[in-house]
Amino acid sequence: MERAAVYDNELNLKATELRLGLPGADESEKQSSRNNKRSSAEMDDSRDKDEQESAPAPKAQVVGWPPVRSYRKNILHQKNESDLSGIFVKVSMDGAPYLRKIDLKVYINYQDLLKALENMFKCSIGVYSEREGYDGSEFAPTYEDKDGDWMLVGDVPWDMFITSCKRLRIMKGSEAKGLGCL
Amino acid sequence: MVNYFPEEVLEHVFSFLTSHRDRNAVSLVCKSWYNVERFSRGKVFIGNCYAISPERLISRFPRVRSLTLKGKPHFADFNLVLHDWGGYVYPWIEAMAKGCTNLEELRLKRMLVSDASLELIAKSFPNFKSLVLVSCEGFTTDGLAAIASNCRFLRELDLQENEVEDPRGQWLSCFPDSCTSLASLNFACLKGEVNLAALERLVARCRNLKSLRLNHAVPPDVLQKILARAPQLVDLGAGSFVHDPESETYNKLKNVMQKCTSIRSLSGFLDVNARCLPAIYPICINLSSLNLSYAPGIYSKELVKLIRKCKKLQCLWILDTIGDKGLSVVASACKELQELRVFKSDPNDVGNAAVTEEGLVAISAGCPNLNSLLYFCRQMTNTALITVAKNCPNFIRFRLCTLDPITPDAVTMQPLDNGFGAIVQSCKGLKRLSVSGLLTDQVFLYIGMYAEQLEMLSIAFAGNSDKGMVYVLNGCKKLKKLEIRDSPFGNMALLADTGKYETMRSLWMSSCKVTFGACKSLAEKMPRLNVEIINEGDEMEGGSDDRQNVEKMYLYRTLVGPRKDAPDSVWTL
Repeated sequence: MERAAVYDNELNLKATELRLGLPGADESEKQSSRNNKRSSAEMDDSRDKDEQESAPAPKAQVVGWPPVRSYRKNILHQKNESDLSGIFVKVSMDGAPYLRKIDLKVYINYQDLLKALENMFKCSIGVYSEREGYDGSEFAPTYEDKDGDWMLVGDVPWDMFITSCKRLRIMKGSEAKGLGCL
Repeated sequence: MVNYFPEEVLEHVFSFLTSHRDRNAVSLVCKSWYNVERFSRGKVFIGNCYAISPERLISRFPRVRSLTLKGKPHFADFNLVLHDWGGYVYPWIEAMAKGCTNLEELRLKRMLVSDASLELIAKSFPNFKSLVLVSCEGFTTDGLAAIASNCRFLRELDLQENEVEDPRGQWLSCFPDSCTSLASLNFACLKGEVNLAALERLVARCRNLKSLRLNHAVPPDVLQKILARAPQLVDLGAGSFVHDPESETYNKLKNVMQKCTSIRSLSGFLDVNARCLPAIYPICINLSSLNLSYAPGIYSKELVKLIRKCKKLQCLWILDTIGDKGLSVVASACKELQELRVFKSDPNDVGNAAVTEEGLVAISAGCPNLNSLLYFCRQMTNTALITVAKNCPNFIRFRLCTLDPITPDAVTMQPLDNGFGAIVQSCKGLKRLSVSGLLTDQVFLYIGMYAEQLEMLSIAFAGNSDKGMVYVLNGCKKLKKLEIRDSPFGNMALLADTGKYETMRSLWMSSCKVTFGACKSLAEKMPRLNVEIINEGDEMEGGSDDRQNVEKMYLYRTLVGPRKDAPDSVWTL
């Protein structure tokens, strides 16, 4: 309890001491306190400053801190969750025995996506042109949009594509020609 | 001499008194003034629904038309109070229905509102005009349907941040075709779908509609149609604002926005694509209030681009994604700013808040009219707070929240006592204060000394001893609400001035050092206080040990004794 004496002098060393416990709480009180939220409250004061600074703060365990209304927490949590979760869509290729699933969020643009599909299915898809689609290549990538229509991949801006794409189908060149002529 | 004034004259004079405090004061002058006042009082404000009973309300104010009620203690917002603690509105509605009160307006905060209550309102008050529910729960859209169907003169339905179940989603269609009186409709907090066609028709026929806040289920194309019908709107809460900036819808929206020159307040953007924000640039110059705090995913650059056009902004609610640099831009653009709230963009992430003391200092330098602040930040310094206090002496509300509740001055590692001390010393009109960071008894000495107008104080993880709390109780003469958590204040402080609590609305203490015995003796001594102990665990199974610390205590003054609707986990001593 020698520290208690130090507390009263003008420098108020105890108050400025870098400890991750309740302000003013000393060792014995910490142990008897039912407040088990602060695991680092048990930290020995003899640890040097560096260690204390790098020790993980107990904030994660504190109920109701930071003080944010549950309503707000729920709203933003939902948003963040949906931002973090991927957009997984099935990809089928004509003639392939089984489908694959990819996360559209992983790709930054069409080029990126098409390269990945080419690798995945060992095919060549070719280059997109607005007028002719993927005409001239063996396969054409198509997708089913929110309205249930089958569209050619590449017509709409990337951001719009990833939010409206429900599934992908890599069509054989001959079939795809029909689409490219539109 | 005043006794010779006929009552009609007194009543006429009193009709100019709008503040309830003035009316309360007037009613204390003499018996005849008390009577004239009580018969002419239309608006009643009850800050704690358990301080008085519905029956006594009605018997004193038989002509009450407008009632405001608050229920749960403030810390209920942060999950510190049980859901079923109390605050039921039903008994109030029932009593007023029985007493044939001509209720027109009801404003509730943190209360439990059942569908049955809403149905009873709809049935019992033919002139009902205005329902405002803030942070309430317990009702579903069925209750709203009852209000919509039956309140023929409904002017205002304002739902702010309530938890509402939405089983059916057709409540909006329940507004009859004859309903044309709506001036304010806010359903932003509803989670479910709404009947969009019904919404459009409703907006079209309510020519007085000034305030409309939509929920996320209203897409941009419907928003565009609504705005085309209601260019007179003054307050708009956009629902979903995600669409392709190249699309026809977006163009139409942009065009119609330009015509909405009356909009002064903008909020919502519950779903937003930053590239669509330019659609609102044309109205930015007119905005006095902007709330983007529910719109994550907008980066600082885009936020700043938008806000710097809002030269007349007075009130800004924003997420900390704006960053310190963004706040500097706000400071240079929004010279008339009075209220700023910066929220954490990810409330569940206990990692980094993106703003520090720098952003706050910048704001204070650029916006001298700042009087209301809520600021969630990663760190703070005394120097910064002292500078802010010097730049902005007009603070009425100052609420600071550091991510780590006991973080010291980020530069000197000292407690933040002096910083907050400067705030209370400089801001002579300060009414509400929330402190955080590493704080000793010293800060409370300052608060007791200087915060003469302080009415509400929130303390968490602060102080060293009972002295801290005593400084506050002794010094702050106008203190109404004191809420304390996780601070080492104990029995000596609690019992130091028991009479003080009758001058206050309430005191909350949780995870402090107050014992059962002390609470019991306080309750015994002060019959006009309800001292409630809230037990969540089975700590009290073995009977109450007087020496045991109380986990949560809530005490409040009351004229009607212990309440009868407390759940088992709440003991009134």
